[in-house]
Amino acid sequence: MRFAFGFAGAIAALLCTAILPAEAGQGDTLKAIRERGEVLCGAHPGRYGFAAPDDKGRWSGFEVDLCRALGAAIFGSGEKVRFVALSSQQRFPAIQAGEVDVLARNTTATLTRDTALGLNFSPPVFYTGLGFMVRKDAGVKTVEDLNGATICMAPGSTTEQAVARLFTQHGLKYTPIVIENNKELASAYVAGRCDALAKDRDALPGVRMYDAPQPEEHVILEGTFSKEPLALAVRHGDDQWYDIVKWVMYGLMEAEENKVSQANVDEMTKSKDPYVQDLLGVTGDYGPKLGLDKKWLYWVVKSVGNYGDIYERHFGDKTKLPLPRGHNKLWTEGGLLYGLPVK
Amino acid sequence: MTSIDRSLAASGPTRADIRARQAAKPPRRRLSWGDPFTRGLIYQAGLAILLALGIHALYSNVSENLQRQNIATGFSFLEQLARFNIGESPIPYSASDTYGRALLVGVLNTLRVAAVAIVFATVLGVAAGVARASRNVVISTLAGTYVELARNVPIILHVLLWSSIIRNLPPPRQAHDLLGIGFISNRGLTVPLPGFGTSGGTIMIALGVAVLSAFAAARLARRYGERTGRYVEPIVPALAVLVALPLLTWLVTGAQFTPDIPQRRGFGFTGGLTLSPEFFALAIGLTIYTGAFIAEIVRGGIQAVPKGQVEAARALGLHPFSIMTRIVLPQALRVIVPPLSSQFLSLTKNSSLGVIIGYPELVNIGNTVMNQTGQAMEMVTIMMLIYFTLSLITSLLMNFYNSRVALKGR
Repeated sequence: MRFAFGFAGAIAALLCTAILPAEAGQGDTLKAIRERGEVLCGAHPGRYGFAAPDDKGRWSGFEVDLCRALGAAIFGSGEKVRFVALSSQQRFPAIQAGEVDVLARNTTATLTRDTALGLNFSPPVFYTGLGFMVRKDAGVKTVEDLNGATICMAPGSTTEQAVARLFTQHGLKYTPIVIENNKELASAYVAGRCDALAKDRDALPGVRMYDAPQPEEHVILEGTFSKEPLALAVRHGDDQWYDIVKWVMYGLMEAEENKVSQANVDEMTKSKDPYVQDLLGVTGDYGPKLGLDKKWLYWVVKSVGNYGDIYERHFGDKTKLPLPRGHNKLWTEGGLLYGLPVK
Repeated sequence: MTSIDRSLAASGPTRADIRARQAAKPPRRRLSWGDPFTRGLIYQAGLAILLALGIHALYSNVSENLQRQNIATGFSFLEQLARFNIGESPIPYSASDTYGRALLVGVLNTLRVAAVAIVFATVLGVAAGVARASRNVVISTLAGTYVELARNVPIILHVLLWSSIIRNLPPPRQAHDLLGIGFISNRGLTVPLPGFGTSGGTIMIALGVAVLSAFAAARLARRYGERTGRYVEPIVPALAVLVALPLLTWLVTGAQFTPDIPQRRGFGFTGGLTLSPEFFALAIGLTIYTGAFIAEIVRGGIQAVPKGQVEAARALGLHPFSIMTRIVLPQALRVIVPPLSSQFLSLTKNSSLGVIIGYPELVNIGNTVMNQTGQAMEMVTIMMLIYFTLSLITSLLMNFYNSRVALKGR
């Protein structure tokens, strides 16, 4: 019954904001991480492919690996990360209070969060948007067919606003049912309490696969209905730590673009390409500029691979729930991922 | 003699003794640690200063931290547009209303479910409490089983259980039909709304007047009984007024009748009034759980009435029902009412469990607002203040009622 305490958790987190002096001065975060020996990463308590403890209790998932990349950049090992499961209510107070160093928890970057919440966002690491799942026999093909429907969704996400906007745009009516706990939300939809389930589109296949007793009875509507660029978040006030998070994410993209992967990273250190040599810290001093080891990106790729490796591992064809890369391809392949040059 | 008086009497000097001693030796106040009065004063002042310092430290730390991290503070967000919808609302609300109005909807939904649950929990609790005190073994065992089952299971499970039972009712297309005018489905209970055309407002006013008149009529009936000795049940004239006045108004305004009968359409129903499954699950869960506690309080109250009272009533040949309603319950109420108030308070606060099943009460909507605006500190403060106010109002009402049923010192 962990979720029953979600609200209590939010209050507890809040009290921490109130009492603890926040440790967000220049360079403080990295220093604290080094002293602690691990990165504290705020993670989703359970979202297929993104973050979940596996059957051995080890955290795994796309966002989990992004945090492991941070651990690798600092300590040379992706294991030097501790994950803190946070509900959607708990996440912002937790990062504000310094309970976690970084938030990699399905968080859409928005203006309000970037400013009024005191956060800074990494470049988007996953582009997704609002999607709907409906029962096949309901005969719903388009959003217009959802007029008058009851729609289940999670609170506190950007989903609530996105659905309201979409239905207003189309002049349609709906009744929202807002349930915090993910299991409870899915079971409400599966039991037929709602006609549709609204969620980030890329989270819907997981619900269909694992929560619906007959997955084939449900379809995901064609189309993505809002912009939800998911990004990592850090606190205001420590530019060095923000730079590290930002450039580790760019580094993952740059590694993929330059064909440096987990499989060939050791060979690539012998590459003739000066840019690759700089990336992997054979030459250049890009790591120290961030306050990290010279071979920071080598350790990242060695531990978790490049962006493409991470994507393949959790959403690729060999996984239970393959997701086409879509917008999450590199810009060179028609996607939106555009790593800034490590120069 | 109250129990306090009695314990005082048992434990030594009586009030009179103390008063005599004080009169004999007027207290000399000196500025010395040895003087209890001065010492008490210093202790209290010290505590007050510590408290003030603590609050100041917390407040300044919070505002300093929030400012350093550039986190927005203040309550101006309440005037911003909410941009999210709410499933059910007793007042008109849309996504283009403000956060403040969204919260108001939450408060009203909390009040709605709490009020319904308080009424039913009281009825259920009194029935079960009386049954448990019964000498009929079957009845008392049945009541006992209910009480033990209901109060020994956490309330969250009650709510989840009812929520999943209701969710597994048939979907709207296979809804259970209620005489062709209402439906039970996993979308809740849909019932027809009586419509009175243009005369609706007038009838509502007449109903309000009728309620007031009913009280007056009941009072007149009681006075009449006291004066003449011929007692009329006060409920008779009260009901008469309550029915007659609105009915008369309806006839005078043209006897319009345009009921709003729900129809199956699209994804659910159109027309009529739909009470949501979440509302039912929460109301039933709260009723059954709190009812069990009320039953125990009622049983305790009944058992606190001296046996002699019942025996005397029986000797006079009173009907068992009259013994219960005229002799036992009025005396038991004095014991029952104070703990009953706490049950009402708990019930209102427990309604915040609506958040887990998706009933849009205060915490549910507060969570969404907190997440959209990021102003957790302010939102938690607002929610606490609202629950605090609701509790205070309940307490005040119950204390008022308690003072009416309490034993009057003569």
